[in-house]
Amino acid sequence: MPTPTKGPRLGGSPAHEKLILANLARELFKHGRIQTTETKAKRVRPLAERLITKAKRNDLAARREVRKTINEKDVFIALFEEIGPRFANRDGGYTRIVKTGPRKGDAAPMAIIELVEELVVEQPKKAAKAAAKKAAQKDKVAVLSGEADETTDAADEAKA
Amino acid sequence: MPVPKRKMSRSNTRHRRAQWKVSAVHTVPCPQCKSAKLPHAACGVCGTYKGRQILAV
Repeated sequence: MPTPTKGPRLGGSPAHEKLILANLARELFKHGRIQTTETKAKRVRPLAERLITKAKRNDLAARREVRKTINEKDVFIALFEEIGPRFANRDGGYTRIVKTGPRKGDAAPMAIIELVEELVVEQPKKAAKAAAKKAAQKDKVAVLSGEADETTDAADEAKA
Repeated sequence: MPVPKRKMSRSNTRHRRAQWKVSAVHTVPCPQCKSAKLPHAACGVCGTYKGRQILAV
């Protein structure tokens, strides 16, 4: 069972909080990054990530679940067509929150929440690194065995 | 209803009020541009955080 969120609801009532979070999530998917207060950013993150996970699953049940929250058709389609596949090889952690200091006017601590860019480059890099390491290891082994052969050859030559 | 027995002296009032002070905001130097910034937050001058450009300058 999920732990209930501490403190009062955002906006005063549970219904208003639900609306605020749904609207924030929708705008996040629409624009890729949004600036909001730290508290709201922290509260919208789990919702947004759960929606992306559902977008990755991409079956009828998932679509209907997401449609309950995302009420704009264009954003809904973009979420399933673009954002979901973009995070295909990332298990969670689809968003990043960066604090940006107090807001002028009421000094509310602000933050930027954004979708993490897909790191296509990183995975092949890792594989390449591993391959390079393996190759280096093989070379080492070859050199070692080659050296051993050479020493025995040298010994044979010395005998002859 | 309980009420104060004596008038509070100006000295006591001023002593109480003198304890309410402001403290300086804690800052750290930005690793990118060396200007003072809030810890764990993007730099307001160069707009970077952990080597990543966050804010447009």
